[in-house]
Order: sequence, then C-alpha cells, then structure tokens
Amino acid sequence: MKRQIYANLQRKIIFITLLVSFIPLISLSVIIYYQFTQVFRNKIEEQIEYRARVQSNAIELFLKERTAILLAMADTYTFDYLAEKNKLERIFQIMNHRVGGFIDLGLIDSTGRQIAYVGPYNLISLNYYSQPWFREVESKGVYISDVFLGYRQVPHFIIALQRQENNRRWILRATIDSDVFESLVRAAQVGKTGDAFIINKEGSYQTLLRFGGEILSKSHLDPTLFGEGTTVLEKADKDGKKILYAARWLKKNSWLLVISQDASEEMTKLFKTKRIEIVIVALGCLMIILTTYFTTHLTIRRLETADREVNELNAQLVHSDKLAALGKMAAGVAHEINNPLAVIAEKTGWMEDLLTEEDFQKSQHFAEYKKSLGKIEEHVERARKVIHGMLGFARRMEPHLEDVDINEVLTQTMSFLESYARTNNIVIEKELETDLPIIASDRAQLQQVFLNLLTNAVDAIGKDGNVHLTSRRIDSEIAISVRDNGPGIPKEYQSRVFEPFFTTKQSGKGTGLGLSVTYTLVSSMGGTIDLDSEEGKGTTFTVRLPVVVPEKK
Amino acid sequence: METFRVLIVDDETDFLETIVNRLLKRNIDATGVPSGEKALSLMKENNFDVVLLDIKMPGGMDGIEILREIKKIQPSTEVILLTGHASIETSMEGMKSGAFDYLLKPVKFAELLEKLLAAFDKKNAHLEKLIAAFEKNIT
Repeated sequence: MKRQIYANLQRKIIFITLLVSFIPLISLSVIIYYQFTQVFRNKIEEQIEYRARVQSNAIELFLKERTAILLAMADTYTFDYLAEKNKLERIFQIMNHRVGGFIDLGLIDSTGRQIAYVGPYNLISLNYYSQPWFREVESKGVYISDVFLGYRQVPHFIIALQRQENNRRWILRATIDSDVFESLVRAAQVGKTGDAFIINKEGSYQTLLRFGGEILSKSHLDPTLFGEGTTVLEKADKDGKKILYAARWLKKNSWLLVISQDASEEMTKLFKTKRIEIVIVALGCLMIILTTYFTTHLTIRRLETADREVNELNAQLVHSDKLAALGKMAAGVAHEINNPLAVIAEKTGWMEDLLTEEDFQKSQHFAEYKKSLGKIEEHVERARKVIHGMLGFARRMEPHLEDVDINEVLTQTMSFLESYARTNNIVIEKELETDLPIIASDRAQLQQVFLNLLTNAVDAIGKDGNVHLTSRRIDSEIAISVRDNGPGIPKEYQSRVFEPFFTTKQSGKGTGLGLSVTYTLVSSMGGTIDLDSEEGKGTTFTVRLPVVVPEKK
Repeated sequence: METFRVLIVDDETDFLETIVNRLLKRNIDATGVPSGEKALSLMKENNFDVVLLDIKMPGGMDGIEILREIKKIQPSTEVILLTGHASIETSMEGMKSGAFDYLLKPVKFAELLEKLLAAFDKKNAHLEKLIAAFEKNIT
C-alpha cells in the first residue's frame, strides 16, 4: 500500500518532468529543422535558378555570335563570290576559326535551290523551297530554326539569313554543330542525376537527354507551365520521383532551357543533417529520461526514509506516552493498596509476636499457625515488592547528581551477582574502556539500572552461559551493553518489554517491573535504552548515557 | 535495650494499634494518636524521642505542616515519615523540613525498628554534643 503511494508519486514526478522537458526540446527541434529545411531549399532553388539564368545567357550569346558572323559574311561578300565553292569553303573555315560550332554552310538562291555547299553531306542542288524554314527566312530575314531532320535525316538546327543584292535575293544558311551545342547546354547539368536540355514551344526535345530521350520526341513537361524570366518548380516524374526544374525561355521565347535536378539528391545533405539532429534529440531525450528517473528515484527513496524515520519517532512517542500513562495508573493503584497491606503486615507480625508466648507454644496446631503466618508474611512481602516496584516506576525523581565513574559502578554491581552466577555456571566477562570520563549522574539509580539488566541477563540464561558487559565512549555518550547468550526475546514481545507488568518469567518469579523501572530511570537521566535480541542467540541491552561533565567544585 | 519514647501518628487505627502493641512488646514506650492535631497537643506536654508520622496528600493538616510544627515544639525530636503515597516532592520537602528519613508502607518491621533506633542514636548524639558544648561553656 505504502509502496504503491511512493510508486505513484514517482510516476507523477517523472511524467511531469519529462513533459516539461520534452515539449520545449521537441518543439525547438521541429522548428529548427523546419527553418533549416526552408533555408536549404531556398538555397537549392536559388542555385538552380542561377544556373538556368547563366546558362541561358551563354546559349543566347552562342547563337548571337554565330548569327553575327553569318551576317558579317553575308554583308561582306556577294552572291557570285559565295557561289564559288573554294571561296565558300574559305569563308566556312574563317567562320569556324573565329567562333566555331558550324557543321556546314550553304548558299541558296531565291528559288530555293542550293547553289553552293560546304559540309559533310551531299546536299548540292537540293531545293529547299518547300522546307518550312525557307518561308520563315523569307518573312523574317534572319531565322534560327528548331531542330528538324531535313534532307540529311539527322536532327539539326540552322541559322539562315536572306540578302537582297540588286534584284536578286539569296539565303546564306549554316548548320550548328550539335555536339558543340549539346555540350554547351550540358554544361548546366550538375550532380549524378541532374540534367540540362532544351525543348521547343511544342514540348519536343531539341537536345539529347542525359539518360535516354530521343531528340524531337515529346517531353512530358508542359512548356506553358513556365512563364517569363526564370521559373522554378517541382514536379514528380513518371516514376514518382520529385524533380526540381528551373527553366528560362530562349531565342525569343521559342526554346525553353530546362535544368532538372533530383530533389532528393540535392536534399541528401539535408537528410544527413536531419539524421544528426534526430540522433542528438534522441540522445538528449535519453539523458533527460535517465536523469529524471535516477533523480526521482533518489528523491523518493530519501522521502521514504524520512517518512519512515518520522513514523518510527511517532511510534516511540506513542510508546513513551503509553509508558507514562501506565506509570500514573500504577502509582494510583499503589496508593490504595499500600495502607491495607501495611495493616495486614503488622497484624501478622503482631500474631507472630503473640505466638512466641508460652501458652500458644503448647497449642496443638502451633506449627501450623506459625507456618501460615510465615506464608502470609511471604506473600505480603511479594505484594510489597510489586507495589514498591510500581512506585519506583512512578517516581519521576530529579536525579541526584554526583561524580560517577561508570566502570566502578559496573564492577561493584557485578560483584553482587558474582556468587550467584558462579553457582549457576554463568561467566560474567567485562570489557570496560579504561579512560571513561567521570560523569555527573545518580550513582544509586545507575546501580539499580545495571543491577536490573544484569539480573535479567543471568535469569535469562538460567544455567551455563555467559554475560558480556562492555562500556565504551561513543562521541558524547557512554554506551553500556549487557549481552547474554540466553534464549533471546521473541520478536512479538520485543516492543513490550519496557511496559510495566510485562514479564515472560514464571508467575511469582518476576514482577514485570524491572525493565520499566530501568527505562524510567535511564530516561530521567537523559539517556536511552534499547535492545537487540535474536531468538536462540541471546539479547543485548544497551544503555546510552550523555557525558555530563561534573561542575568544578 | 534502653527504653525510649515513640509517638506514632496515623489515622489508620488498625495499623496504629498494632504497631503500638508490637513496639510495647519490645519495651519501646510507644504512644499512638490518630491525627496530627492530637499529636501536637500531646507533644506540648510530653517529650518524645522519635515521632513516626504518616503523611497524606489529601485533607486535614498537611503532613509537612505537622512535621514543621513538631520541629518547632521539640527541635531535638527526630521524625520518621511513613506513607503509602510515593510522592517524591513530599519526601524531598519532608527531608528539607528536617525529617530523619522517609519510609514507604508497608515497611518491614525489622527495618522500622532499625530506623527508630538509628533516629534515637542520632538524637542522643545530638544531645550529647549539646551537653558537651554546654559543659564547655560552663567551665
């Protein structure tokens, strides 16, 4: 029952402590993690956006440079000059030397026929009039195409421009080296899974993907999702993986440069941070739990001990109250009995006196009278001892202080019992500390106390055994122990031995007052008495007396 | 044994009568009175060597009061207090007021006799000293 209360209390304290420790700790970690995630994500987005912007600028520059050199050539040279194969070849070389990135160069007249061509394909004399780009060049003057197959049946894109020379219109057309362009685009890709590619307005791939994906095939991205400037968005791919995209329109909004990145790959560092944070929080929680448990455990044990001590003290108080009440009662009873007992004693004595006279001695039953009177006296004496014992108990006498050498009192008291002990084969051993201080105490009362304890020890043994008498100083007390190897006091009696009239001796052998008187005497001297007994092993009574230094006379 | 005079004061007449008889039987000139008042009036006319005085806590003239009165009338008379009540305050008070001793009822007769003789001896010794002092003064 008691244990249950402490266990409940312990649980409550642990619960509350953990609650008030965990709530701030966990909320703080969640908030920090959330903030950190936000910052980290913003950083990733900024990075990818930055790359998209920088790379789109680079691509725009690439295209503009190539367009510019083509324009310069067209402005510098005439149709007839360019129509000569070796001259066109020379110009192609210059162009590749200056900026590079061209695959071929062709001159086309207004009917769409290719007049001159420098490049790896055999495209001379082919007519482009019906090609979609031809119309675009005619209407716009300068045109950069989307990727298409054309006559060569290889995906490519071209830069073409139209010139008016006198009455003749002609077109100078160059094909961009896909490898060079691809590598330029690819420069924007990062990480193990990142990609960079271009799609046109219709969503067809204009460059190769890093991991498969045919040029001109349809992308799963919807270009209309991306607006002006650089757009960053997250989208799940067909496997459900979250991909972060940054895209920017190029080439007058006809191409879209897309940089993609696996969000989880980029977040790996964040996840690592998250794991570290979880470990730290978990360790923190564990430490809080352990500390809380041990601290609470310790506190509760202390509390339990303190409570127990208070209870023991209370029990002792109740015990002394009980003893005091019994003492008062005993005194009251004694008063009422003493006077009649005195009359009986005197009347008996008077009858004995009379029996000594001659007349009676001749009486037939003289011996019987004498014996009966003796018996009456014997029992009056027995009653007298009880009553006087009770009054001794009731006595709350201020001790009469004198200089007392405890060892001397012990030795003297022992001598009273020596012959009795010897006849019963009881050895009384003494182990007295030699330089005990002389204390101010009541010699007669001390002698009474020691006599009671020694008598009890000897009586407890009966025959054959030993009594061990010790005295020693412990701090500000002198402890006197009387140990016997008698049968011991049963546990259930131990708390009652100091009660008046409590005796385990045979009826008539003990009054049950010895120890209660002893208790009272020791208390009145400011000392304590306690017992330690084990059945079958013996009993030790220990009296502790304060060392009261005698006043200097 | 020389005969000496003892006054016994006790309201328990059975006790009083018996103790007087027993003392008389032992050649002690014992007189019994049942109250302190009577004891005092008797002592104004007769000398006693020792008074055996029963003191009580309740009622009547307080035992200690009687003791003091006795000591006023006959200062050299020794008083032994005898009581059924064990009150340490009373006994201490008695001893302070000049009682010779304090006995608790029931008392062993032999012990009582011894105390009476001791008290008598003390009185004698006291008187002897007085006489010696007196003689010294005369010479």
